Amino acid sequence: MVTDFAKTGAMTGAVIIALGAALTAMPAIAGKKNDTLNIAWDQPLDIADAYFNTSREGILAARMIWDQLIERDPDTFEYKAGLATAWRWIDDLTLELDLRQGVTFHNGQPFEADDVVYTFNFVVDPANKVLNMTNVGWMKSTEKIDPYKVRIHLKEPFPAALEYLAGPTPIYPHKYYAQVGPQGMARKPIGTGPYAVESLEPGKSVVFVKNANYWEGSARGKPRIGRVVERFIPEKTTQIATLLSGDLDLMWYVPPDQVESLKAVPGLTVSAGETMRVGYIYFDAAGRSSDSPLKDVRVRRAIAHAIDRQQFTRTFFGSEARVLAAPCFPTQFGCYQEGARYDFNLTKAKALMGEAGYPNGFETELFAFRPRQWDDALAGYMRAIGVRARISMLQYPAFRDKNHAGVTPISFGDWGSYSINDASAILGNFFRGSADDFSGDKELAEWVKEGDTSTDKEKRLAAYRKAISRVMEQMYMLPTNSYSIFYAYTSDLNFKSFKDEIPRYYLYSWK
Amino acid sequence: MLAYCAKRTIVALLVALTVSIISFALLHLSGDLAQSLAGPSATATDVAQVRKAYGLDRPIVVQYADWIARAMRGDFGESFFLKVPVGELIADRLPVTLTLGICALAFALALSLPLGVAAAVRPNSWLDRLALGLSVLGQALPSFWFALILIIVFGLKLRWLPVSGSGTWQHFVLPAIALGYYATPAFMRLTRAGMLEVLASDYIRTARAKGLRTMSVLFKHALRNAIIPVVAVAAVQFGFMLGGSIVIESVFSLYGVGYLGWEAISRADFPVVQAIVLVLACIYVLLTLLADMLNAVLDPRIRVR
Repeated sequence: MVTDFAKTGAMTGAVIIALGAALTAMPAIAGKKNDTLNIAWDQPLDIADAYFNTSREGILAARMIWDQLIERDPDTFEYKAGLATAWRWIDDLTLELDLRQGVTFHNGQPFEADDVVYTFNFVVDPANKVLNMTNVGWMKSTEKIDPYKVRIHLKEPFPAALEYLAGPTPIYPHKYYAQVGPQGMARKPIGTGPYAVESLEPGKSVVFVKNANYWEGSARGKPRIGRVVERFIPEKTTQIATLLSGDLDLMWYVPPDQVESLKAVPGLTVSAGETMRVGYIYFDAAGRSSDSPLKDVRVRRAIAHAIDRQQFTRTFFGSEARVLAAPCFPTQFGCYQEGARYDFNLTKAKALMGEAGYPNGFETELFAFRPRQWDDALAGYMRAIGVRARISMLQYPAFRDKNHAGVTPISFGDWGSYSINDASAILGNFFRGSADDFSGDKELAEWVKEGDTSTDKEKRLAAYRKAISRVMEQMYMLPTNSYSIFYAYTSDLNFKSFKDEIPRYYLYSWK
Repeated sequence: MLAYCAKRTIVALLVALTVSIISFALLHLSGDLAQSLAGPSATATDVAQVRKAYGLDRPIVVQYADWIARAMRGDFGESFFLKVPVGELIADRLPVTLTLGICALAFALALSLPLGVAAAVRPNSWLDRLALGLSVLGQALPSFWFALILIIVFGLKLRWLPVSGSGTWQHFVLPAIALGYYATPAFMRLTRAGMLEVLASDYIRTARAKGLRTMSVLFKHALRNAIIPVVAVAAVQFGFMLGGSIVIESVFSLYGVGYLGWEAISRADFPVVQAIVLVLACIYVLLTLLADMLNAVLDPRIRVR
């Protein structure tokens, strides 16, 4: 009996080994060989319509498929001609733009004024429920002057208008969009951009194919790589494994602890790039969460002095990131850099705590949504001066819920400003009396409002100077550092990162 | 028998309804969906606007009643983020999850049945100890860790199999092993116990005395009876695999229902999460019901308890 069984077992084993030997891997999809760039995103492209998508991946896709009226140089942040060749302010509430001729959409439809008018009037209509009205809500209506000239009428003076026209406001083909609406555009996007969508599986992958008829004279140049295949791979370890196996050519947000290992892999390059994303620690100075010691400016200053931001930045963000002097990114218009400074000084910090009447510290809570090790580090710094912060780590939506409910004594977060290079995109959110405002400073809110709405450049700078000086002097918000991202990619790729956190696949090429 | 089936069916329906209520309530307690929809850079005004536009400002009981009434008609609403009917999404992804589940079950049975038989044939031998050892390991190994090890060994070192995606049958091999391995211990122990009992019975002694070949005695006569409880447990384990595929599908980037559920949970895409919980709960309840009925058919004593 045993011999029979052993014989059967041996046969089965041989079959399994033979089967195993027959299981050869799929040949690695070599990007350069078939002119296909394989990329992975951390979030799926749920809906391609840029006005109904609030994710970073939505922005990336939008830059591939559509053009904006104005093009912002990713290195210098200068405005260049896009689908608009020229623009002028008729008055504080009216912006006139001359449109480019000879551009066609991917479906062959020619670009003209009706496309701008339809797109903007559609998205500003509250009935159409676009997800982020902040990007378009400053527009009241758009009017066609002639086939290649439009006027945008604003609700109130909005100095950052050009910044938004160079950002999250792509132009759609009016006939197509009128016919298919957001649902149709989500499934089959059509634009004028350097890449068209060959196929789109919501939540899975998108295949972009080079637009061979991309218009001449674009500041983006002509796209170089034939196809870009995007796959949604949520697990970082799986992304790394797929990169190592050769099925992926580029990934971003490489975990810092994996960087050195990846650098050692032949055929791969790892680089870091600073972004406009700003890390911050926001104190409940207004006492929304409770009548806590954080209402005392000396306590807030003490905590600011207790955090070694240089060490924190170097440890978790690498050499490309920098400690920030203001609650905004230095290139953002109006980001005044000469406010009060807070060097790492434990002696000073403890003295301030003593002055405030808390020589032995106090208990509080730190809310966060980023990696636990970062939160632990910050709590550790605070503990050195007796501030014993219990960490509440949440998913982002829950974190924002708590913020808006005003129950967060200290919150550690970051803000990408939607890649808008204007201080209004960050100061306006945190210091204008909204649910995100923990300063409770009405005068500050007025200054920020003045900066956000004045069309006089010098007035704006003066207003933001006062606002930022107040924030830093009162230590409402401690800016920690800019964020840098690690990218890992095949050494065959000419790659470049940009500060606005938008990889421009249309600029990449093979070596 | 009919009364037994009717009773089990009613209990199954009540379980499914209870699961839907609990999951609906928990989802709404987990965070502000309007915030998730509006995105990280949205202002409070944007969020309020989104809340009103999507009916999230209605009382929770009204929202649930509306949802369950439509769900009973097969209308699970639309994904807040994908803007596609949820039913369509699940129908698109279910085949991948079912394929993974079936492959995982097949792997688990293919590994555990021979091991269980071998362990029963040679109790307390090195083979028996090996089988039990593998069984303990299977229960102790976290599936995601095992999945990563498989990726490293078979995907990166040996380059035998792809590490992510679901384009070909090869993409399902590693995920099936990672998912199925967890069920192996239960099957192996049941098979071993069943075989030990059956091998000691009179009819097996008779079969051997009649000179039947060993393999015929083991697989044609003994295993057929010993495997009855395994079949019932397999139905339940299949349900576990479908629900537990979320981790494996995420690690291997298989676009199945589990993966869809993971995405939906992380973005608070409530309609999708609710529908997936309900669908998987119903499948699990149905499988458990089938297992109960199968047991009742095979063992009449169960019907009268």
